[in-house]
Amino acid sequence: MSEARAHIFATIRRALGRQAPSAEQAAALHRRLDAPEPNVIPARAQIDAPARIGLFIAEAERADATVARVATVDDVPRAVADYLAANNLPSVLKVAPAVADIPWSERTALSAVAGVAGGGDPVGVTGAFAGVAETGTLVLLSGPDSPTTLNFLPDTHIVVLAAARIVGTYEDTWRSLRAAAGGDGPLPRTVNWITGPSRTADIEQTLLLGAHGPRRLHIVLVDGDDG
Amino acid sequence: MEATTRNFERNARKALADTKLQEALARLSHGFPAKRRQAIARLPEFEALRDAARDIRNDVLENLDFYLERFETRVGERGGQVHWARDAAEARSLVLKICQDAGARTVTKSKSMIGEEIAINEHLEANGITPVETDLGEYIIQIRREPPSHLIAPAIHLSKGQVAESFKEKHGQFPKDRSLEEPRALLDEARTVLRESFLEADVGMTGANMLVAETGTVVVVTNEGNADLTMSLPRVHIVIASLEKVVPTLDDAATLLRVLARSATGQEISVYTTFSTGPRRPGDLDGPEAFHVVLLDNGRTTMLGSELHEMLRCIRCGACLNECPIYRAVGGHAYGWVYSGPMGAVLTPVLIGIEHAGDLPNASTLCGKCEDVCPVRIPLPRMLRHWRQRQFEGNQSSAASRYGLKAWAFLARRPALYRLAVGPAVAVLGMLGRRRGRFRRLPLAGGWTASRDLPAPAGRTFLALWRKRPAGRP
Amino acid sequence: MSSPPPNVGLFVTCLVDLMRPVVGFAAVKLLEDAGCVVSVPAAQTCCGQPAYNAGDQTDARAIARQVIAAFEGFDYVVVPSGSCAGMIRVHFPGLFAGDAPMAGRARALGERTFELTQFLRDVLQVPDVEAEYIGTATYHDGCAGLREMGVKEQPRALLAAVRGLELKEGGEAEICCGFGGLFCVKYPDISGRIVDGKVDDVLATGADTLLGGDLGCLLNVAGRLKRRGSDVRVRHVAEVLAGMTDGPPIGDP
Repeated sequence: MSEARAHIFATIRRALGRQAPSAEQAAALHRRLDAPEPNVIPARAQIDAPARIGLFIAEAERADATVARVATVDDVPRAVADYLAANNLPSVLKVAPAVADIPWSERTALSAVAGVAGGGDPVGVTGAFAGVAETGTLVLLSGPDSPTTLNFLPDTHIVVLAAARIVGTYEDTWRSLRAAAGGDGPLPRTVNWITGPSRTADIEQTLLLGAHGPRRLHIVLVDGDDG
Repeated sequence: MEATTRNFERNARKALADTKLQEALARLSHGFPAKRRQAIARLPEFEALRDAARDIRNDVLENLDFYLERFETRVGERGGQVHWARDAAEARSLVLKICQDAGARTVTKSKSMIGEEIAINEHLEANGITPVETDLGEYIIQIRREPPSHLIAPAIHLSKGQVAESFKEKHGQFPKDRSLEEPRALLDEARTVLRESFLEADVGMTGANMLVAETGTVVVVTNEGNADLTMSLPRVHIVIASLEKVVPTLDDAATLLRVLARSATGQEISVYTTFSTGPRRPGDLDGPEAFHVVLLDNGRTTMLGSELHEMLRCIRCGACLNECPIYRAVGGHAYGWVYSGPMGAVLTPVLIGIEHAGDLPNASTLCGKCEDVCPVRIPLPRMLRHWRQRQFEGNQSSAASRYGLKAWAFLARRPALYRLAVGPAVAVLGMLGRRRGRFRRLPLAGGWTASRDLPAPAGRTFLALWRKRPAGRP
Repeated sequence: MSSPPPNVGLFVTCLVDLMRPVVGFAAVKLLEDAGCVVSVPAAQTCCGQPAYNAGDQTDARAIARQVIAAFEGFDYVVVPSGSCAGMIRVHFPGLFAGDAPMAGRARALGERTFELTQFLRDVLQVPDVEAEYIGTATYHDGCAGLREMGVKEQPRALLAAVRGLELKEGGEAEICCGFGGLFCVKYPDISGRIVDGKVDDVLATGADTLLGGDLGCLLNVAGRLKRRGSDVRVRHVAEVLAGMTDGPPIGDP
């Protein structure tokens, strides 16, 4: 225990006019943390699955993401190739291991390598844990098959998302993460909420996309796949 | 940085005469507030969310020790380390030691007000370590050696031309005749330069928008993605945060995030909200090997339970700056230190002493707009009055204003005497002003007539006329 | 009317008393026309706000005691100023934090204290007024009236009934004019910049008249309008509602 720590806790308790919380208080606080309750949830996100997908797309586009919908996962490489061609972008992909099994090169001119992003990778492709309809937000989890740098270093970030993974609110994702929690707690090292491509308005309030992170965020929504 | 809060009036006059700054402030005044209103109009639950956000922050303050302990425990369980700093000097030493232990030569930083508060960059530089700010606005002011002028838009006071000048001076590696006229060119150049820093840095330092007690998680919000590159590429991630930033649960964080971006920029949510819990896990392909959280007190715990208690709810959105008529007139630098606007006028006297920041709580019309827009409903005008009371009671307000006020109050407390005193004065002024209806100049009224005429009084007081009113009708 | 007429104490405010008595008479007329019995206690000077906002709690408290004693016998206290009404309703109770009986009296008085147009609309539910004003007006919302008292629609609803008057909203009607009591003389440069913004907004509406419910703001904006050579007429809303606009506007001869 550092001296600073002891001093800070003593000052807090003196200011609050008590010692450490009583057993009763502590129990209530533990309950608050161990069984978290949601607060106010916007009505606009409490809707059925088809409406959620519609809202997710609308909100993601409002945040300057682009969205393509495909029927099955086999259609994803074609959609990605079309997107890259339409935007004059290189067809060289660095893909997260989580989506490396997709047959990227079978019927397209795409080349795909799995792994972490380097400074020179033009296109990163990842999966996503969820899409949050409320604000068109993607939720990405770090892990052995989903390196975080892929979300930020490439100029173009493409996210493959099963439509069935679109939930209403942020809290829905916390609930499922808690339900699946292992010994390391509910969260992986990094949870990234991503809503649109990187931007800044630091120069004369002029909004510019592509600050340090991706200049483009493209979401390929897979309808017929629930994984 | 050296505080120039004592020179508020001089700073303000300079700011008012600075046409480039005034153009920038006009852009700000018409930008953020309108976007905020639009975002709120789309969310019917916004007021309820403000209440919830306020309640969460209140709960945190009431149980701050409990939540901090829980946060510390969880960070430890996930392989990270929490360090405690009573003041700026302790925080600087802790950060420096972690950097030195990591053999760091370059430290990338994402924007952190705590970094500004403890002046960490100067300290690292003095010890041979190069800090590189990576938020575009913060990078610009770093190379210009200026403090931020806004909580979330640190370079809001600058024009693109000024930025271009600074880049030409700083970035000798590019052709001298390159065009930097458009913001896009400036951004692309900064992106190129900073990309190298991201990849070569040994340590990445970020602030924190929140610390989640439930999971030991640090929440960082940006639009640029710079914090993510800062924390995921180097070997070591240092978080510097003030200790009141803790919140109980992930659900509470979600609630606060719903009001944060809408209040700050008018976005539904910022582009990147990142929840970091400890260092890289076994099997992870990237991420830092070490995760340190430096928690700074710096006087905050003394605010607990005081008249300034509620200021600790602040989530640093900047809405009170954007809407404040004073901030919009003089900008952030006039406030003379790290924090500006209404929140700065309340907080700065805590951090550097009211004797050094006397003007700040006074330079307000108490119009109440700040409290009106505060997402966590901090009664900022009440706190500005609190500081004024402290100054008055400590004899720190100017002698002239004290005597003037006391003399006026002496009369105001004695209605009969007051009538005797004001009647003749009003009569004389009424007579003198009758022809023009107003005064351009008047002895002892220079403060008023400096920028406006003084409308003349009618010549008779209402109460004098009322006494003569015939019973029945006027 | 079956119930007895409301007994109203008019807190005239120091600025109306000293600078512009017609506002007080207009307020009396409006209240009497609406069936009130109006009294003006002689033991009134100021609400104490200048002391309060300067951190001088002792004087503010003494003045508050005086106001409470002078006005607590009335059914209602009506004030032709949102700012002074806010002082009484919102801030008086806090001055007596350690004194429960006084705090109770302050609260009781505060609950019965209203800004003039608010009282006419929300309490008396006056549907309209009998007045004429030929012109186009814009309305400035005084900060305390707006944020502490909730005055926004009431003056506009009443003005809508004035024959010949057209109301044009300024884009920044709710933004402070830079008066701020002692602020405007302590920081004249900043205050000057803020009031310039207000004047720009008023001029942008094309209105020939500026109305408001707080004489402090109106003196400030009128002073700047005149300094800039504008012929926009400035009046307190009560003057127009009471049809008492024969005298010169604020700052005009």
